[in-house]
Amino acid sequence: MSEERFDAIVVGAGPSGNAATYTLAQAGLKVLQLERGEYPGSKNVQGAILYANALEELIPDFRDDAPLERHIVEQRLWTMDDSSHVGMHYRSEDFNEDKPNRYTIIRAQFDKWFSSKVKEAGATVLCETTVTELVRDVRGKVIGVRTDRHGATVMADVVILAEGVNGLVGQRSGLRDIVPPDTVALAVKEMHFLPREVIESRFNIKGDEGVVIEAMGTITAGMTGTGFLYTNEESVSVGIGCIVSDFAESEVTPYGLLEAFKNHPSIKPLLEGSECKEYAAHLIPEGGYHAMPELYGDGWLVVGDAGQFVNAVHREGSNLAMTTGRIAAQTVVALHRRREPMTKANLADYRTRLDGTFVMKDLKKYRGIPGFLHRNRQVFDLYPKLFSGAMQTWFRVDGVDKRTKQKAIFNQFRGGRSMLGLVGDAVKLARAWR
Amino acid sequence: MDPKTPASRVKVEEKLFQNRYLVDAGRPHITVRPHDTPSRALRSLVHACPAGCYAENEKGQVEITADGCMECGTCRVVTAKTGEIEWNYPRGGFGVLYKFG
Repeated sequence: MSEERFDAIVVGAGPSGNAATYTLAQAGLKVLQLERGEYPGSKNVQGAILYANALEELIPDFRDDAPLERHIVEQRLWTMDDSSHVGMHYRSEDFNEDKPNRYTIIRAQFDKWFSSKVKEAGATVLCETTVTELVRDVRGKVIGVRTDRHGATVMADVVILAEGVNGLVGQRSGLRDIVPPDTVALAVKEMHFLPREVIESRFNIKGDEGVVIEAMGTITAGMTGTGFLYTNEESVSVGIGCIVSDFAESEVTPYGLLEAFKNHPSIKPLLEGSECKEYAAHLIPEGGYHAMPELYGDGWLVVGDAGQFVNAVHREGSNLAMTTGRIAAQTVVALHRRREPMTKANLADYRTRLDGTFVMKDLKKYRGIPGFLHRNRQVFDLYPKLFSGAMQTWFRVDGVDKRTKQKAIFNQFRGGRSMLGLVGDAVKLARAWR
Repeated sequence: MDPKTPASRVKVEEKLFQNRYLVDAGRPHITVRPHDTPSRALRSLVHACPAGCYAENEKGQVEITADGCMECGTCRVVTAKTGEIEWNYPRGGFGVLYKFG
């Protein structure tokens, strides 16, 4: 292996690494992909929702054989206090289209399938191999990688780092800093198995229809974070995540938080009688635009979670990952065809191309949101309580007249937060959202 | 249920029991550097680690048993500034093996 030379090396076999490797191999480049897990997907964790569009750009007919669980026909957004939830549901028959927009997936299975496509395209995929460091020439240009397979090195014109949120290679090579604890979320998740008829009757769905529930409120015990519940074919993914610095500063255990969420009266009946078969934990980079590291340099590019490509507001990540992987690879292919060297100046085209996509446009649009949420905890604690209280006052018929109820609700809000505070929060949110 | 329930009351071991691991015996991928008194950051891992890998011993030092580690990297991020932890990935193929992920 040490004598072999490649056009490109991709570190990692998650969505961004697979998208990059697939694109390079399809274009006829000689590409090596290195993955530390036993198989692609064995180290990867996600909620998980697959957004069809990003994959369609790569494999238009993926629906023919990709392991998809359910297509989403209903989205629920819940604001929760300790005993209730205020929900917004959107359900549409239009989502039962020929080519659905969103699916639930099981990452270990999906990544394995994606990897089979990568291999079919002609890439060399080597698992159980951890990349330990980048190899550079005397001028500092990256020219290969060193691995933990007897310390073997492999050379290539360019290295694409698709190594995920804990990207040790890039950090240890000084390409980027370790993510600060206040810009990254820790999510824990369990897989709960139920017969498919039970899932279908509980969630009011048929066939391959699926439901997504995203939840926020007192379920995160005052921390910045959200919970979720996704229906798969014969299982339900249930999880909750909060910013790491919040966990560190509180006394809350991640598994205690998950237990409490599962036992919330609005969630518990949905999981009743299920069998848990896996417990997983994963970090999600949520710092957004301002947390983005350098994306390219002499002989290297960074894609996916390692480059902070997550839209925390819309819970999108794997689609950004696949898009950055594809675009990084297209940049490399274009340079390769023109026989131009993989220098920093030439690879800058990656950023130019990315700027034209939804990835950069969305991250830029929401650049103020992570900071807003971190500084305004009332969004996760006070407001959910106020909303629930207002609903309870409004819906409970108890002989009190409606005008008095209206006044009581208004006073609850004013008591919880000053008028100036309420208006200020609205203005700040609007400004960050713009 | 109160999420502040002490770690001992919610049995994280039972959760980890569901998972598949290939433990690299005698080669832990995470080690805590020798210390007299742990920083606040290091001590917070006793509750913040989602696998419950960290525990405080009778001398008040923080110890790790990395067998159930899910390789999330929380401990690495939390102690990045204090440098109290040496964090590596397990050797290729070892560590947690997600069936679903």
